[in-house]
Amino acid sequence: MDAAMNRAMRAVAPLAPFTAAALAAALLFAAFLAAQGFEAPEALGLVVEGAFGSAFAWQNTLARAAPLMLTALCVALPARAGLVIIGGEGALALGALAAAMVPSLTAGWPALPVQLLMALAGFVAGGAWIAASAWLRHVRGINETISSLLLSYIGIALFNFLVEGVLRDPASLNKPSTPPLPDAVLIGPLPGLEVHWGLVWGVLACAAAWFLLRRTVFGFSVGVVGGNPRAALMAGLPVGALLIAACFLGGGAAGVAGMLEVAAVHGSANASLLAGYGYAGILVSFAARHNPLGIVAGAILVGGIGASGSLLQRRLDLPDAAVLVLQGALFVALLAFETLNRKGARRV
Amino acid sequence: MDALTHTLLAADVQNRGAAVEAYRVTKRFGALTALDEVSLKVEPGSFHCLLGENGAGKSTLVKCLVGYHPPEEGSFLVDGREQAIRSPRDAQRLRIGMVYQHFTLAPGMTVAENLLLARGDLPLRIDWRREKAALAAFLDSTPFRLDLNARVADLAAGEKQKLEILKQLYLGQRLLILDEPTSVLTPAEADEVLGLLHGMTRDGRLTVMMITHKFREVSAYGDSVTVLRRGKLAGSGKVGELTTQDMAEMMVGSAVSVATAPRRRAADAGRTAGDIRLAVDGLCADNDRGMPAVRELDLVVRAGEIVGIAGVAGNGQKELVEVLLGQRSARGGAVHVDGESYGATRAELRRHGVFSLPEEPLRNACVPNMSVAENMGLRDFDIAPFSGGWLSLRFLRRGALTRRAKEWIEAFGVRPPDPSAAIENLSGGNVQRAVLARELSGAVRLLIVANPVFGLDFAATEAIHRRLDQARNDGAAILLVSEDLDELLELSDRILVMSEGRIAHQALAGYVDVAEVGRHMAGGAGHGAGH
Repeated sequence: MDAAMNRAMRAVAPLAPFTAAALAAALLFAAFLAAQGFEAPEALGLVVEGAFGSAFAWQNTLARAAPLMLTALCVALPARAGLVIIGGEGALALGALAAAMVPSLTAGWPALPVQLLMALAGFVAGGAWIAASAWLRHVRGINETISSLLLSYIGIALFNFLVEGVLRDPASLNKPSTPPLPDAVLIGPLPGLEVHWGLVWGVLACAAAWFLLRRTVFGFSVGVVGGNPRAALMAGLPVGALLIAACFLGGGAAGVAGMLEVAAVHGSANASLLAGYGYAGILVSFAARHNPLGIVAGAILVGGIGASGSLLQRRLDLPDAAVLVLQGALFVALLAFETLNRKGARRV
Repeated sequence: MDALTHTLLAADVQNRGAAVEAYRVTKRFGALTALDEVSLKVEPGSFHCLLGENGAGKSTLVKCLVGYHPPEEGSFLVDGREQAIRSPRDAQRLRIGMVYQHFTLAPGMTVAENLLLARGDLPLRIDWRREKAALAAFLDSTPFRLDLNARVADLAAGEKQKLEILKQLYLGQRLLILDEPTSVLTPAEADEVLGLLHGMTRDGRLTVMMITHKFREVSAYGDSVTVLRRGKLAGSGKVGELTTQDMAEMMVGSAVSVATAPRRRAADAGRTAGDIRLAVDGLCADNDRGMPAVRELDLVVRAGEIVGIAGVAGNGQKELVEVLLGQRSARGGAVHVDGESYGATRAELRRHGVFSLPEEPLRNACVPNMSVAENMGLRDFDIAPFSGGWLSLRFLRRGALTRRAKEWIEAFGVRPPDPSAAIENLSGGNVQRAVLARELSGAVRLLIVANPVFGLDFAATEAIHRRLDQARNDGAAILLVSEDLDELLELSDRILVMSEGRIAHQALAGYVDVAEVGRHMAGGAGHGAGH
């Protein structure tokens, strides 16, 4: 009886800080709106309605959730190795760029190999970018959070430089883009839906990441490195290689998110695909406590917040950035409650 | 005139050690009763020792007394009057102070600054000339000698401990509680510090209550003893009237050998040591600050012998162990195991049967947020029967890890007996048991051990020593680094003294001149304090 209670408590306990944070963030957002004379309860209602209120809202939410699942893995996988990586946006940009290059090199190939090659190119480009942070951390002791953020800026700059320069399609006049993908290569919507196949990729990637971390020798080794690098060294584990591998896989996921934005949404690589998915992925991963299965739920939630933006704009004449305030409030509240939780645990 | 000087002067009338009594004190933490109606009596101006195994309730009792967590039931009497001690402020008002096991000093500041810091009522501008003069006068009134202008980071452990005590005396305490004050000191330092405190109790200026594990200190300095066992009073008495055997029996509830006589040694048994297992040649390594810590060190450990490394903390032992464990890279020299070059990779660890019991096992040998079963699997989770699969895609078999953990928990007496508990929630002794199970259950050929019994109680210490002895007799080569000379004398076949990163002295078991060893240990410490 006691054991069952304990198990139930243990299963529910991880959700407590998240629930508290979500409530706190809603209160903060309401106060922020009320201060400007908006009807706060109505606005919060609209957020829910715009995210999950209709079939259309759901599709919008899920379409946004797909890349978030992948960029969140760019935080969650390195987090398992004890690294805090926040450079997912750069990995996404470079993954998109690499993927967009593939069709021009494989003219005449059937669609499927091209799509797989695009995914691989995105994976390697994004993976290499984040792995560089891990390598710098291991070899030179450079803080991976700072280096991944700075490398991300470099990646985005490189993306813009090439898209507006040598890789620019002369036909793209006021919106510099790479040459458009052949229609055959584009990734379409799921049957009967407007949500593209990327959602399935995202869910599968999260499931695979969960399995990798939870059930494999590799995942366990990464967990040992993340839990205590000194113990990992004592056990003779190849710490550097494991750090780099975890970051490569995470960066690769973000790179695939970039590939999907190219192949399923924009049809080419251009600046409009840098919509902040890499940064929102950080929020998703923290909300899910870096648990890949939790990321699926977290991505839908954060995707929903993003999706509600247009409804807020239409009904209340709120600017687009209003939902970013809600996202930001949620992130800060999450970090605060996590810290409180940890302090409480230590005092016992 | 500030408040403190005032109290110090006014205190002159009652500048005597306090008399303290605890009457049927009970303290509960949830379902656990940590203290069960414990009573004790400490005479004014006496040196009282509090003995007990880990978890016996010693720390809980003194924490009640200093107001850290007030008891549920029972009362405290100070100088015969009942006093409610609900907070550390109340304890300070009664002038009861505590010196904790770990240092609470600001390392970058001077001795004088640390003393003033303890006062807590500093003015906006400090008149250093006046304060220094006052501090010098205060120091003169105590038997302790310290340079007021020395930086704490440059002090030896013994001097830091003196400063901790001085801080309490500076606050005017009449009862000083010490929690294992000598665990970080050399025997000589321990004797000096305890001797000075003992002198102050003889003058009647101070009452001392000391938590300890060491019977030697009880016999040498204590006036009276209280022994706790599992939260209850197990016995008490005058030191002269109780024998060590009596106290040990009270502590553990049964008679256990407390002899510190050397065990059977390889030489005594007529065996000669075997092949060279570990050879360290000209090893150089830096410490965390990039300064040389191990300097061209050579040593050899053979099969079937325990080589003990003695030395004052901070002479490169920690760095040496870390290099051997693979936690620190060497700057020069070579390590060979079984004649092969050794870099502490997983393959090499397995091929040569290398295991280790590092100090602070939770920090060095465990993943705190993982379960006991997972931690027990750290050495072999990637091989059958704990994992299977093909080539590089290998899957964990958690069931096998859990089953094995259950066996080891049973065999080594780990509490609580739950393989899924996070190891960070276990007590220090149980973490060490879990690590022992992992490191000593395999085919051990070379064992690296550092301060294995630090902070453990008497019974746990005894058990670990027995297992080390057994592993040696089974043919393992053991390198034992310890700050406890008694432990080394008891277990080692050879003793090497490490000083300033080198081996300064070597002695065979049975031919150890303790004074000589102490001289070589101190030699390094003396130079070390100079710069």
